Amino acid sequence: MYDLIRRCIEGDVRAVARLITLLESGDREAYAALYRLKDHAGRAQVIGITGPPGAGKSTLADKLIAQFRSRGLKVGVLAVDPSSPFSGGAILGDRLRMQGHATDPGVFIRSLAARGSLGGISKATHAAIRVLDAAGYDIVLVETVGVGQSEIDIVRVADMVVLVSVPGLGDDIQVIKAGIMEIGDIFVVNKADRDGADRVVREIRAMLELQAQLKRGQTPEGGPDTLAARAPEFLHHTGLAEGWQPKAGNESGAPGEKESITTPKPGVLPEAGTVSAALVNQEAGTISAALIIPPVLKTIAETGDGVKELADAIFSHFETLSRTGELERKRLESIRYQLGQFVSNEIVHLMSLPELAAAQDELAHKVFSRKMDVYSAGIALFHTIIEQGASHEHPQA
Amino acid sequence: MERKIRVLIAKPGLDGHDRGAKVIARALRDAGMEVIYTGLRQTPEQIVSAAIQEDVDVIGLSILSGAHNHLFPRVVELLKQSGAENVLVFGGGVIPEEDIPFLKSKGIAEVFGPGTPTSKTIEFIRANLKRPLN
Amino acid sequence: MTDLEKLEQDFNTWTTKVEKANEKYPERKKQFVTGSNAPVKRVYTPLDQKDFDYEKKLGLPGEFPYTRGVQPTMYRGRLWTMRQYAGFGTAEESNARYKYLLEQGQTGLSVAFDLPTQIGYDSDHPLSEGEVGKVGVAIDSLADMETLFGGIPLDKVSTSMTINAPAAVLLAMYIAVAEKQGVSADKLNGTIQNDILKEYIARGTYIFPPAPSMRLITDIFEYCAKNVPNWNTISISGYHIREAGSTAVQEVAFTLADGIAYVEAAIKAGLDVDEFGPRLSFFFNAHNDLFEEVAKFRAARRVWAHIMRDRFGAKNPKSWMLRFHTQTGGSTLTAQQPDNNIIRVTLQALAAVLGGTQSLHTNSRDEALALPTEEAVRIALRTQQIIAYESGVAETVDPLAGSYYVESLTDRIETEVLQYIKRIDDLGGAVKAIEQGYIQQEIQDSAYAWQMDVEKNERIIVGLNKFQVKENPPKGLLRVDPAVGERQKQKLAALRSSRDQGAVNATLAALRNAARSADNLMFPILEAVKAYATLGEICGVLREEFGEYKPNVMF
Ligand code: B12
Ligand SMILES: Nc1nc2c(ncn2[C@@H]2O[C@H](COP(=O)(O)OP(=O)(O)OP(=O)(O)O)[C@@H](O)[C@H]2O)c(=O)[nH]1
Ligand SMILES: [Mg+2]
Repeated sequence: MYDLIRRCIEGDVRAVARLITLLESGDREAYAALYRLKDHAGRAQVIGITGPPGAGKSTLADKLIAQFRSRGLKVGVLAVDPSSPFSGGAILGDRLRMQGHATDPGVFIRSLAARGSLGGISKATHAAIRVLDAAGYDIVLVETVGVGQSEIDIVRVADMVVLVSVPGLGDDIQVIKAGIMEIGDIFVVNKADRDGADRVVREIRAMLELQAQLKRGQTPEGGPDTLAARAPEFLHHTGLAEGWQPKAGNESGAPGEKESITTPKPGVLPEAGTVSAALVNQEAGTISAALIIPPVLKTIAETGDGVKELADAIFSHFETLSRTGELERKRLESIRYQLGQFVSNEIVHLMSLPELAAAQDELAHKVFSRKMDVYSAGIALFHTIIEQGASHEHPQA
Repeated sequence: MERKIRVLIAKPGLDGHDRGAKVIARALRDAGMEVIYTGLRQTPEQIVSAAIQEDVDVIGLSILSGAHNHLFPRVVELLKQSGAENVLVFGGGVIPEEDIPFLKSKGIAEVFGPGTPTSKTIEFIRANLKRPLN
Repeated sequence: MTDLEKLEQDFNTWTTKVEKANEKYPERKKQFVTGSNAPVKRVYTPLDQKDFDYEKKLGLPGEFPYTRGVQPTMYRGRLWTMRQYAGFGTAEESNARYKYLLEQGQTGLSVAFDLPTQIGYDSDHPLSEGEVGKVGVAIDSLADMETLFGGIPLDKVSTSMTINAPAAVLLAMYIAVAEKQGVSADKLNGTIQNDILKEYIARGTYIFPPAPSMRLITDIFEYCAKNVPNWNTISISGYHIREAGSTAVQEVAFTLADGIAYVEAAIKAGLDVDEFGPRLSFFFNAHNDLFEEVAKFRAARRVWAHIMRDRFGAKNPKSWMLRFHTQTGGSTLTAQQPDNNIIRVTLQALAAVLGGTQSLHTNSRDEALALPTEEAVRIALRTQQIIAYESGVAETVDPLAGSYYVESLTDRIETEVLQYIKRIDDLGGAVKAIEQGYIQQEIQDSAYAWQMDVEKNERIIVGLNKFQVKENPPKGLLRVDPAVGERQKQKLAALRSSRDQGAVNATLAALRNAARSADNLMFPILEAVKAYATLGEICGVLREEFGEYKPNVMF
């Protein structure tokens, strides 16, 4: 295991691939050894791509890889597809669209089956990200299962989420359901070659503004004079809008954001340290997510139109995230979540050990014969678990 | 926890016959395996690097257009060069019986022709994996 | 009581009686189905044709809606064209095979190209390695095409070329060869397949994305309408869809949906439906379920006639007629006991003839083993000839019409085809449905279901899952000389060094400009071909301008 980890850190592709396999199959030794990666991790920028099935996530990922490569960055991709609920098997189809990068040594693509997880990524995704990070991939793209409404786990593992939608999904924009809207840092309306893309863009923007207003009303920093409310104005005056909005009249014409030029739309917050630094400081000091209104971009993933602008937006958003401390907050939040996950996984694991299974069985019988009630039995079991857990040998030690 | 069997089903060369490959992919999925299908027109290089990144146990090659003698051995060769010999490589399609000894001598574990039940393919994989499942 | 009411009564009594007897002597199966899994009743009667309207549903042969056939006298006038698809190795070898086939009584040529040619790569392209000449003839330039048709007068034969993505280039070469033979383009007869949509769906030799591909196709329509009036500019193909595993209904539905997409594209490009409509031709499959297959052909004609007349407002009856080529179903043929395939092909060929095909390819018994040997091809051709000259089925038109079963099958197929077409219309047409993977997925589902049925012995394939015997490996299979690739590369190198490179560059530059404009691409392609620019060079320019198609695969 030590050797495998060392080779991963050196960027050995086979070792990376093998370690991910071990993590996927829940190998405890492998998880325990992950701590050795810690000095090498934390550098990668983790980008989630999510959205309804067939929205073009993989195609977009394929084109984004090319963008990142042209900027000299190494890219790791984790593409999650659903597992069959019947057989537990899976056909992992995302790679198909990215297979053009298969032989590029600066690109590593790995398909993961969801294996029963419902949140759009698999259990091992978080750990696999850390492995790619440590192996020297500058960017880690995570494509979620295209399941529609519930793939919110991605916010727990990614620094930033690109939410992809498409025109023509029906009367209401599918992605814009409660909850889903919240997770997007950047909104992409893909398949802009189809009718109705502009309408979707407008609707998403309207929703985002509404959302921001609601937040302003609720948060203590709120009020009409906050940065968020004035962000459009800033963008307009500082020209920062260019940072994420594609220029009008690009060659194909299709995904150009003509509209955004005439009516500048809210975008990312001006960075601290630029014109707006004073304002940032003037505010409470921390900038909450509520104040960053996500950009909305149009792309045609199939031809690559608008993808360069998307990559630009991703980078500029990263900068904003780190300047505003938002990145730190998100990562901390994610760690907290992972800790929670780890603990509950650990409890599940402990409960599967024979000693505890026996204890559980015994308690169940007691409840059944009405010697105990289920709640006190539960508490008793919990205490046994805790005791057992403390004495249980952990491979990490 | 038991590892899942991971299989890459690949169509090397320019051959467009994909009915069989897709049937196989689906049958393997329904047998609980995780299958990566790379689509048409794959070079041996693409196939091998996908196999390595995906850490598959098995590569299944499908050719019906007669270019097997050229393309199958190349895949095995490249795997060797990358130090990934523990991947089981086998194949199927329209392949004359008289070519099979040659392909086997080049490291193709087995060749299945027209009419082979998918259950036979599944059994073959389970019986011939080169890496243990746990 | 009307006659029908009386019959209904009798039928019910009869059914009760039969079911009773069934308890003791049950039928072979609980549920009988056709080759495409449609339910089959115990017996068909006038009760199944209650709203039968002869004039509306069938009409007379050669008349709307052409259910009974597109010509008034059908095979009493002229037999179908017997056309065996062939080609392999170099142009010289294929040329010899064509001459042999013509001597054997074949009445039309059908050219199979190798995969590099079909995908627009020259023989010296790295991806062509190992594929040159393997499954068809390798054509790199006009020089190869001159050899391929050497000594074959192009005003005397009709030639079908199975070429799709680069169809414009091969057609241009054909026109150029004819010109060298002193045959003008308006004397040429033949077909190019030129059906890109089914390449995306089922056949796999696509190059460019849908939009520029559709443009190439409509450019050909326009060019041929003016310059090569007797040429069938497209062969809208269900054959490959069926071979990829579809049902009979899906075969017709997806093919006609493709047809609709081509007609719409051409109309959008400013062509008049009656200008190109008569030159559209179709290509279907014939599988083993004789009645279902016959019904399929009849239903296809009826549906297409209505589409052209009612949906597109075509006025010329020739636009309403669905003319088609048929090939027997390769995927029904087994590697086990290959001689049994001769019988399967006989049934299938019979279905095609009873269904009113215009031309026919019969597969060889060694289908599942390798490209056919000369002997196997001869038997396949003889099969057609026996049907034509000995069976008597060609002596009257549409002999199965009026059969309660066949008419019911025809109606059912028509209904289900229309349902599919509606669904595809709702998705935004065939191109959208393909992009979304809908059509492919429907076919894959059918293919998988078929495979599972066979594996569970719910479908019996003689010699495969029943009546097996121990067999020795087949002997005497056709093998393509692996040196073909080298020979072809040498020829190509010689050509590249001997031709006028200036002319090649100039014509390719003109082609590039045309690709960027809205001009008809046939003209610059013809010029490039005549300057001996290679197929790979021409397609290379178009690849750069148009990009390449990325398939959508779904499971
Ligand atoms: C169906 C078919 C087609 C369809 C393909 C549809 C599709 N999307 O797949 C269509 C009509 C489009 C087609 C076209 C052509 N075809 Co074709 N086709 C066939 C046919 C009749 C059946 C193949 C098939 O799908 N069978 C059903 C599936 C389920 O079986 P299978 O693929 O054999 O797979 C089974 C086994 O082989 C095995 N298997 C296959 N792959 C793998 C992989 C692994 C890992 C394993 C374990 C097992 C395995 O398991 C499967 C299940 O039993 C065969 C002849 C035959 N009867 O085999 C010719 C055949 C393969 N075709 C042939 C040719 C030449 C062509 C063309 C190249 C002709 C041309 N010049 O244009 C074209 C071009 C195709 C292209 N783009 O490459 C030749 C190849 C000759 C050769 N090898 O020497 C054949 C042998 C016919 C012949 N005798 O001439 N074809
Ligand atoms: N018209 C159009 N089609 C596109 C565009 N981007 C992707 N597609 C097509 O949409 C289909 C689905 O694309 P994918 O990239 O596989 O979509 P996905 O979101 O990854 O799909 P899942 O992973 O299955 O959820 C494919 O046919 C693509 O070619 C686009 O910009 N325009
Ligand atoms: Mg995807």
